[in-house]
Amino acid sequence: MEYIIILISAVFVNNIVLSQFLGVCPFLGVSNKVGTAAGMAGAVTFVMALSTLTTYLLQYYVLVPLGIEFMQTIVFILVIAALVQMVEIILKKISPSLYQALGIYLPLISTNCAVLGVAILVVAKEFTFGSDPHMLNLAQSIVFTIATALGFGLALILFAGLREQMELSNIPKPFKGTPIALITAGILALAFMGFAGLV
Amino acid sequence: MSKLSLITKGIIKENPTFVLVLGMCPTLGTTTSAMNGLGMGLATLFVLTMSNIVVSAVSGFIPGKVRIPSFIVIIATFVTVLQFVMQAFTPGLYATLGIFIPLIVVNCIVLGRAEAFASKNSVGDSALDGIGIGLGFTLALTVLGMVRELLGSASIFGIKLIEGDGILVFILAPGAFIALGYLLVLFNKLKAKIS
Repeated sequence: MEYIIILISAVFVNNIVLSQFLGVCPFLGVSNKVGTAAGMAGAVTFVMALSTLTTYLLQYYVLVPLGIEFMQTIVFILVIAALVQMVEIILKKISPSLYQALGIYLPLISTNCAVLGVAILVVAKEFTFGSDPHMLNLAQSIVFTIATALGFGLALILFAGLREQMELSNIPKPFKGTPIALITAGILALAFMGFAGLV
Repeated sequence: MSKLSLITKGIIKENPTFVLVLGMCPTLGTTTSAMNGLGMGLATLFVLTMSNIVVSAVSGFIPGKVRIPSFIVIIATFVTVLQFVMQAFTPGLYATLGIFIPLIVVNCIVLGRAEAFASKNSVGDSALDGIGIGLGFTLALTVLGMVRELLGSASIFGIKLIEGDGILVFILAPGAFIALGYLLVLFNKLKAKIS
């Protein structure tokens, strides 16, 4: 039950892009086509799950025992950057077809603040899912991360669909490009506010 | 390029938010009030200037292949310094800005300036460039914060201007997107009128 609450909360109620403002850059940048958006979402889910698993273990088995929690930012970003590089190399060897599908999105991910953001959120924030405020354990963290990535994918794909329609419409000149994208995202965020209070 | 234009170009002509549309996450996430926007802007200004200085000083010794990871370590170091300083002197602001302080590491403006400007220019010029771009970012965040605070809680910098509550949605997530969208429209309109 708790996992379902985590899932719904992370995908709809606290959507990472539309209510937490993480990963807005790829959200605005690579969401012109539904296909590209889906590819990006897949790559982000994969990397996010792997990196949170690694950073979670590092935080509780290395940083905390050694009393060097302040190194968190440096350690996490290096781990994520190295991981993205490694995933790229391994995918290239093991599954060329998957590499073909995700390849071009992978380098973009190390600068995606959603990945580092979730890694930090998981170890820094107390969550209230079902019971009193508590830190997430490993299994909950992974579920939370995957749910967050799904929320990212959902927002990205929905938004890409809207933007494909927008290409066809007549937009006033000062609104062209980013401004209309931001206003549309705002309206989409308004719609997502309807999920507030669901869990 | 004159020394003064290094600073001023970041404020208007190459404004990181209004012209280049970079670093959107902190721009949208921290501007719930003018004060928060200003705080976030100044925090980024500090990291940007310091990392520009160090990157420009050491870029001659760093092999091309490990350039980007080295820049990231330098930036992350200054972010950690900033975290300590803010925890000590402005704990309230540090708590409000929350996750967006460590996320300065992945702010594309900071890495972008390190790569595009600081690694190719002198220490002095890089410092000025960092200050200029940082001021441009601070200005944009403060303006957006003022607009959202005015509409959302009817005050500016905490000073109540109009009796009543304001339109709450402008403090919340959708208001951030919409307010920035319309500010960009205004900016485009003004730019078209000038040129």
